Amino acid sequence: MDLISILRIAMRALSRNKMRSALTMLGIIIGVGAVIAMVGVGQGASKQVQDQISAMGSNMLFVSSGTVNRGGLRLGWGQTKTLVYDDMKAIVQQAPAVKEAAPGSATTAQVVFGSDNWFTNVQGTEPQYFDIRSWPMQEGVSFTASDVTSAADVAVIGATVRQNLFGAEDAIGQTVRISKLPFKVVGVLSAKGQSAAMGQDQDDVIFVPITTLQKKLTGEPWLRYIVVSAVSKDATYAAQQEITGLLRDRHRIRQGQDDDFMVRNLADVAQLADQSSRVMTMLLASIAGVSLIVGGIGIMNIMLVSVTERTREIGVRMAIGATEEDVQRQFLIEAVVLSLMGGAAGIFFGVGSSLIISKLLGWAVLVSPLAIVAAVIFSAGVGVFFGFYPARKAARLDPIEALRFE
Amino acid sequence: MATVTKNEAITRTEWVERRGLALEQPVIRVEDVHKYYDLGENKVHALRGVSVEIAGGEFVAIMGASGSGKSTFMNLLGCLDKPSSGRYLLEGTDVSQLDKKALAAIRNRKLGFVFQGFNLLSRTTALENVELPTLYARLPKEERLQRARESLELVGLGDRMEHFPSQLSGGQQQRVAIARALVNRPSILLADEPTGNLDSRTSVEIMQIFQTLNEGGLTLVLVTHEPDIARFAKRTIVFRDGKIRRDELVKDRPRAAEMLKTLPRAED
Repeated sequence: MDLISILRIAMRALSRNKMRSALTMLGIIIGVGAVIAMVGVGQGASKQVQDQISAMGSNMLFVSSGTVNRGGLRLGWGQTKTLVYDDMKAIVQQAPAVKEAAPGSATTAQVVFGSDNWFTNVQGTEPQYFDIRSWPMQEGVSFTASDVTSAADVAVIGATVRQNLFGAEDAIGQTVRISKLPFKVVGVLSAKGQSAAMGQDQDDVIFVPITTLQKKLTGEPWLRYIVVSAVSKDATYAAQQEITGLLRDRHRIRQGQDDDFMVRNLADVAQLADQSSRVMTMLLASIAGVSLIVGGIGIMNIMLVSVTERTREIGVRMAIGATEEDVQRQFLIEAVVLSLMGGAAGIFFGVGSSLIISKLLGWAVLVSPLAIVAAVIFSAGVGVFFGFYPARKAARLDPIEALRFE
Repeated sequence: MATVTKNEAITRTEWVERRGLALEQPVIRVEDVHKYYDLGENKVHALRGVSVEIAGGEFVAIMGASGSGKSTFMNLLGCLDKPSSGRYLLEGTDVSQLDKKALAAIRNRKLGFVFQGFNLLSRTTALENVELPTLYARLPKEERLQRARESLELVGLGDRMEHFPSQLSGGQQQRVAIARALVNRPSILLADEPTGNLDSRTSVEIMQIFQTLNEGGLTLVLVTHEPDIARFAKRTIVFRDGKIRRDELVKDRPRAAEMLKTLPRAED
């Protein structure tokens, strides 16, 4: 029997019980829709993490001062006083895989503007810091190298600080007080959002020249961290090796002793974050996949009912010359048509709900063509798998019994 | 051999052409057939040694009370069931040992079935119902449609092709079923109580179709429990207790076409 006739017969059989067919399909619709939407959400999240990390500078390394062991009491990272400005100079000059580096030190302070005040993070650095982190200004300009040399009282503020101190007012050119010292705001950074790795608000920060911070605010001559950019993404690992060797050498750390600093490679962080969102996607998709299986069981159930109801029809078909294969194929195709139609509707449902989710979360939801193709193949597979048993049952009927069936 | 005269000479030629020399040997030859059903504890011996020959162009009515074995015999003739022992030769081929697939092919091509309850597919037009056996015969589409139309015209339903069974009277539905049985041009038409659900006038109409087909050379085997219906056949075989009790030619066989003239027309 040709395919068109088979499909026509299947469509007619399904349209005989429209409500029942639609409800049976609903299981597959929800299953396929859920898979597509969940994979979309997962991939969207993964994409967002990727974007954030590449915005952070994917070839970036982060050197922080290390931990110390004082009589068995181990303090956290950033406690040693051994990381200094000359270390940074040496890294830029002596490590070939390194492109740029910027020093960093930090404190926290109450920042006041007029009647508003805000407690925030104050970071001291040099202008190349913003290049390394690929962090452009939203308004104004960065402080300059000569501001660093002269320890000028100028500041670049993050978007959150700008929002809290100035609101709708113009920030550039205004003077804020950081720990009572007046600073002129020269630039406002573009918003970066939460950090992918830590979930901190990266925009809740004020940057001042490192010299200003060290001399006027903290009085600490050492550095808390150095941010480094490698010459390329592939060079980050080499840069990490070079920096580690260089600093161990400079800090006179003997073999077998622990480092008094830490070099973190953001590519690793990116990979880790990517991996976790991948696991999340798989998890979501497999939960959605369960509903697809439940939908398949629904199909099997209805096909079994249909076989019983149409016992007489099966008997007639056999009497006029249908072979077991003919009958089996007919019911199998019905199940597959049912699940494929459900799959097609499920794609619309999935894409639609992806769009709604992305609107609600303000979050890019990626509908991948792969997920759609996989959903269609899977739903056809569900039809074949769950349609097989009822179809087999129909084909195995004894025509005499079937004809006598009331 | 069967009557070759009368007015259906064209159809007759067709049959002869198709079956060739096979016409000279019996179409059905049943040799000492037994059938047992094993229903757990008790064995049912439905057929106890039945032998019969039916020649091409015969019109046989099979009669008998329920439980006489006539239905079992019909199922065997229809290749829906296999004998427990004995042989059944259909056009010279022993079909008692064929597998299911081969039996399906024989049912499709050599046999035509007409049932008491019509057994048409609902929500399927008359034409599509008639087309069904040609689908299983895997004929090309044009030929399927052409044959289905011819078949419906043969039973006088050329103007009802697109009607659904629910839009047809019982007699018309049975005629669609006959058209369906004829569409693959079988050697034998098997009818199981074809008039059981019909009023007397419509029954005679169906018998008229059967008589006409038979005159055209078609071999017919009909199961009925109504002696009035059996009279239209040329030969009656009576079953009792799984055996043939009587096998005789019908005398004073009425012509259904003549009888219809005397019967009052139905109200509708």
